[in-house]
Amino acid sequence: MAEISIELRNVTKIFDGDFVAVNNVNLSIEKGEFFSLLGPSGCGKTTILRMISGLEEPTKGEVILNGRVINDLPPNKREVNTVFQNYALFPHLTVFENIAFSLRIKRKSEAEIKKKVMDMIDLMRLNGHENKKPSQLSGGQKQRVAIARALVNEPSVLLLDEPLAALDAKLRQHMLIELDNIHDEVGITFIYVTHDQSEALSISDHLAVMNEGKIIQVGTPVQVYESPANLFVANFIGETNFIQGIVEKVEGNYILLKTEKLGEIWCYRDFEVKIGEKINVSIRPEKLKITIEKPSEEVLKNSFVNVFKGIVSERIYLGTHSNYIVSIDQGYQMKVYRQHIRYLLDENIIDWNDEVYVWWFADDSYLIKD
Amino acid sequence: MERTKRFLGFVLSFPGIIWLTLFFLLPTTIIVVYSFMTPGPYGGAYLPFTLKYYKMMITNQGFWILFMRTVVISVISTGICLALALPVAYYIATSKYKNFLLSLVIIPFWTNFLVRIFGWLVILGNNGLINRVLMYLHIIDKPVSLMYNQWSVILVIVYMYLPYMILPLYSSIEKFDFHLLEAAMDLGASRTKTIFSVLLPSIKGGISAGIVLVLIPVLGSYAIPDLVGGKDGAMLGNLIARQLTTARNWPLSSAISMIFLLISTVGLLVYLKFGEVRNRRNRVIYEDYIKEETNKIG
Ligand SMILES: Nc1ncnc2c1ncn2[C@@H]1O[C@H](COP(=O)(O)OP(=O)(O)OP(=O)(O)O)[C@@H](O)[C@H]1O
Ligand SMILES: [Mg+2]
Repeated sequence: MAEISIELRNVTKIFDGDFVAVNNVNLSIEKGEFFSLLGPSGCGKTTILRMISGLEEPTKGEVILNGRVINDLPPNKREVNTVFQNYALFPHLTVFENIAFSLRIKRKSEAEIKKKVMDMIDLMRLNGHENKKPSQLSGGQKQRVAIARALVNEPSVLLLDEPLAALDAKLRQHMLIELDNIHDEVGITFIYVTHDQSEALSISDHLAVMNEGKIIQVGTPVQVYESPANLFVANFIGETNFIQGIVEKVEGNYILLKTEKLGEIWCYRDFEVKIGEKINVSIRPEKLKITIEKPSEEVLKNSFVNVFKGIVSERIYLGTHSNYIVSIDQGYQMKVYRQHIRYLLDENIIDWNDEVYVWWFADDSYLIKD
Repeated sequence: MERTKRFLGFVLSFPGIIWLTLFFLLPTTIIVVYSFMTPGPYGGAYLPFTLKYYKMMITNQGFWILFMRTVVISVISTGICLALALPVAYYIATSKYKNFLLSLVIIPFWTNFLVRIFGWLVILGNNGLINRVLMYLHIIDKPVSLMYNQWSVILVIVYMYLPYMILPLYSSIEKFDFHLLEAAMDLGASRTKTIFSVLLPSIKGGISAGIVLVLIPVLGSYAIPDLVGGKDGAMLGNLIARQLTTARNWPLSSAISMIFLLISTVGLLVYLKFGEVRNRRNRVIYEDYIKEETNKIG
């Protein structure tokens, strides 16, 4: 088993005597992994980071760094550095001096400072900006200085609090890839906070989904996306179609669900269910197929396929794909994504008010306990 | 558009320009001219021009003692003001009741300057509050002289000018981003270190403003040393006033003013330049590095 870098044991943070910002959180993060904390605004992500960095004290529970309880260690004694939500660069210092800050505090020799800072400047591709003040930098550059300033100290854990939030979409993509490269290069534990699910999915080894101070699910991006622990996670990570129903029949790994919205549908199950049990099924929009023609006989022969007829009530063209909303005959509105593989050559471009078939294999849906 | 704007700026600054010319430039010029003239029997300044009073002053040891005392008293008072005002301003800026606390700082301005100095006479005098209390408690049996020395002057100056230091410090601390202190701590700085390496440099502007606002008027103090300073606590302002009134030597008092103005202006410019020199240092580090690296390669 890999070594544990950071562990939180029953950590609770209560503000002003009665506001529970973090509620009995247990987490353990392996050495060198890229771990993300994902959750809506105000769910306690920053508070968790602040307890790890020592800027906030847990009301209850233990923070353990490299096997040692560090609750009583002040922030300046912890081998943890933070890239803050607003960067918090020192405005009176140049880029060089901002990065050199922690080294100067440790009273390193001038030669060593120069070498380390210049290495960081190279790594972050900040060459030529050494003597600028933070106010003279672009958003992306500021962010790189903030990362350089935290990394130069060679912490055993780097905390990143929504470091990309202030950047525009394009730059965000770019910086995300860069962050991933930096992580590979320095090989230390990264804990990355975000409320952007696509960021968390694309970059993390593991991620924790939080809501209202609690950790709802921890897992790899695939686990969290494909098998969400509950409705909240399924909804928060990507879009989904939710249908509630009662188990009518069990056939091996498949069940027949009787639903109000769609009537009977076949679903895959990976846990035990009882007949008569109330359960939810989540079907991701990209797993639904939308066609003008009825699916082929071959497909229909498969008994675990669900086919419905409907009318396109909305279509949003997004370049790589289109988002459709289809009104199923029974009145239920389903979200469907369709890839544009050969858009201009496609003779069956589906548009508003077209009559369509929406269908999916039972294996592509996922059951969630109520 | 640009031209009308400039024209408007010119027109609008006109009253200001006239004001400064009439009440600053003109009087200063008059003092400069006077300082080279000869005194009349009842005051005033007359021809011929002479350098006599400059020479007289520069060669007079008494003048230099007073000059040094003025500088020392002013610098010490300003330093004490700064040391006291920093924590106060910090506290106010981070308090929930900042408006209330700020008004407490400003309220004394509503009372006359002289009245407040006289207030100190009541406290420090031989029959004053402190002496009476000490005698009542039998700690002393006759009044001790608390007044008419340099310390009483410094005490009252600090009391009078503290608000002028607190206000600019407050306004720059209020704008300070306190996340920077957390960032510094996160990077390994102790609490004291965060204050000296992050807070103070960030509010440099406020500190400079406070120092200028206090130091300049304190250097020209007249009323405070006159009332609580006596002979031992007298400052240059008192000498200038005495030469102007009792001694009726206008050229001499003008010459003293001019020398003083010159020295304090130069001092201030050096102080303001000092900040920039320090900023330069960082640039040098990088240029050295480039040189070294190129040497290694070459
Ligand atoms: N010092 C504090 N005093 C009182 N309440 C606080 C304090 N700091 C945070 N909170 C509250 O704790 C909750 C969690 O805050 P936190 O900053 O951890 O949220 P977050 O998940 O980082 O949100 P965001 O994505 O918006 O940054 C919020 O409701 C916030 O109002
Ligand atoms: Mg936050």
